[in-house]
Amino acid sequence: MGPLVPDIISTDFNFIIALVIGALFGAILEQAGFSTSKKLVGLFYGYDFTVLRVFFTAGIVAMFGTIMLDHWGYLDLNLIYINPTYIGAAIVGGLIMGLGFVIGGFCPGTSVCAAAIGKIDAMYFIFGSVLGILFFAEGYPLWEGFYKDYNFGGIRVFDTLGMSQSLFAFLLTSVALLAFWGTSIIENKVNKVSKPAIRFTPYYLGLAGVGLFIAVSAFMFPPKKSGLLESVENIEYVNGYNLETMNLDEFAYRIIQKDKKMQIFDFRPYDEYKKMSLPNSISFSVDNFFEKEPNRLLTLRKRTNVIVANNELTERKIAVIAKELGYDNIEILRGGLESFISEIINFKNTTEPKNINEETTFKFREKASVVIPEMIKNNKPAGKVEKKLKRVVGGC
Amino acid sequence: MQTKYMNPYLAGFLLGLLLIATIYITGRGLGASGAVKSITIEAVNSVAPQHSVDAKFFKEYTETHEGSPLKSWLVFEVIGVLIGAFISGLVSDRLNFKLEKGPNIGSKVRIFGAITGGLLFGFGAQLGRGCTSGAALSGMGVLSTGGLLTMVAIFGGAYLFAYFFRKLWL
Repeated sequence: MGPLVPDIISTDFNFIIALVIGALFGAILEQAGFSTSKKLVGLFYGYDFTVLRVFFTAGIVAMFGTIMLDHWGYLDLNLIYINPTYIGAAIVGGLIMGLGFVIGGFCPGTSVCAAAIGKIDAMYFIFGSVLGILFFAEGYPLWEGFYKDYNFGGIRVFDTLGMSQSLFAFLLTSVALLAFWGTSIIENKVNKVSKPAIRFTPYYLGLAGVGLFIAVSAFMFPPKKSGLLESVENIEYVNGYNLETMNLDEFAYRIIQKDKKMQIFDFRPYDEYKKMSLPNSISFSVDNFFEKEPNRLLTLRKRTNVIVANNELTERKIAVIAKELGYDNIEILRGGLESFISEIINFKNTTEPKNINEETTFKFREKASVVIPEMIKNNKPAGKVEKKLKRVVGGC
Repeated sequence: MQTKYMNPYLAGFLLGLLLIATIYITGRGLGASGAVKSITIEAVNSVAPQHSVDAKFFKEYTETHEGSPLKSWLVFEVIGVLIGAFISGLVSDRLNFKLEKGPNIGSKVRIFGAITGGLLFGFGAQLGRGCTSGAALSGMGVLSTGGLLTMVAIFGGAYLFAYFFRKLWL
C-alpha cells in the first residue's frame, strides 16, 4: 500500500527516485514548450493556451488517479501530504506570484527547465527568486503573523464547498473541458487562424477514451472496502468460509506461556478493550486493515494472528475480510471471548471428569482460571494500534 | 531545425501520470521553489553562519529540517529537472544560449523584468507555501483547498496584471 516511502523505499533511495522523477518532470515540461517565456505568457495575452491545456489536463488526471488509488485501497490518504490551507497567505502569495509571472515570464519550475536549455532570461529569473526568498527571510518577523494566520489545516476542497468528492471531480472536469473549448476559440481569433476549436481526430478520441476509463473506474466499481463489508453480511457465505479456529484451551495455554508467536487482535469496541484486555493483545478495528501502518503487524512472518471478538460470528466476519484482503496466518478464537470468559476465566468444576482427557482439561482450566485473571489484572493495555500518523512533509 | 512541441493534452496526460506516480511512491507532490529555498538557505549558512542562527526564518527552518538543506527531496528533484530538460532540449535540438524577450523591449528591460518577476515569484511562493508546481498542480492532484486557492490566485492575478505589462511581451 502506498505511499512506498519510507517503509518499502528507504529515505536514501528516495533521493535517487527524486532525481528520476525530476528528470521526467523536466523532460515533459520541456517537450510541452514550457522552456520559453513567450509560450508561457501567451496564456495571459490569449495567443497560446498551451499552459492551460497541459496544466489542467495534468491536474485532472492526477486528481482521478489519486481518487482511484484511494478507492481501490492502494493508497493511504492519511499519509499523503495535503497542502495546508492558510487562506490569507494562499491568496496574497498567489497574487504576488501572478504578478511575478507576467513580469518575469516564468514560474520556478519552468525557469529551471528553460535555464537548462540555455535561456539566459530564465537564469536571471532564478537569480531573482533567490533574492525574493532572501527578502522573505529577512523581513520574516514583519509578515510572520500573516503567514501563519487563518490556518485551516489540510482541508480538502470538496469538504470546504460542502459537496461530495465525485461531484467536485465532475464539475472540475466540466470546467476544464469548457476551458479547452473556449480558449481554442480565443486563441484562433487572436492568431487570426480559422480552424475548428474541436477536432475529433483519432488521437484526441483515444486520449479522451483513456481519460474516461480512469475516471469511470474511480467511481463505477464498488470500492474494495464497502464491497467486502457488504459480502460478510451474508451469514451463509461467512459460515461456509474455510477458517482456522483455535480452541479455548490452546489459546489459554499460549497466553500463559507468553507465546510471542501469537498476536492477539482484539476487535471489541475500544471502551470494552480498555476495561478488560488480554495480555499482549492490541485493539484493532476493521478500518485498520485499510491503513498502511497497522496492517504491517498482520504481515509479520511466522506469527499466528488470532482475531478476537465477543462472539464467533463477529470473529468470522472479520477474518473473512482479512483473508479476502490477502492476510495469511489468520485464526479465530472458537466461541469468541464470551466462551473464553465462561469456560476458562470463570471455570467452575461442577461435573466429574468422564475420561482422562477431560480430567487434564479440567485441571488445566482450574489453573488457568487463576493465572489468566491475574495476568489480565497486571496487564497494561497496549491500546489502539499505532497509526504513526506521520504525514509526508512536502510542499515548496 | 527545432522539433515541434508535444501535443499539450498528451504532455498534460503524461505529467498527470507522473504526479500520480510521485504521490504513490513518495506521498508528496512535485515542486520547484522549495529547492531554490534550500539553496538560498544553504548559501546564507555558509556566507553568514551567525546570521542564520539569529534570524527567525532560518531558525525555524533548521528546527523543522534535519541535516543539510541541500539534502532535501526537492533539491534532488530539481537537479533531475535540469538533467531531464537538458536531454529533452538536446534531443529536440533546442539547446542554445538565448535571451528571449518581447519584440518591443531591449535586453536590459528583459533582464530587469526577469529579476523582478523572479523576486516576486520567490517571495510569493514563500508566503503561499508553494509555487505553480508545489501548491497549484500538486494541490489540485490531492484536491487541497489551499492549493486550489493559490492556483486561482496565481492565474487570476496574472490575468489581472497582464494588461499593465503588455508592452513587455506584445
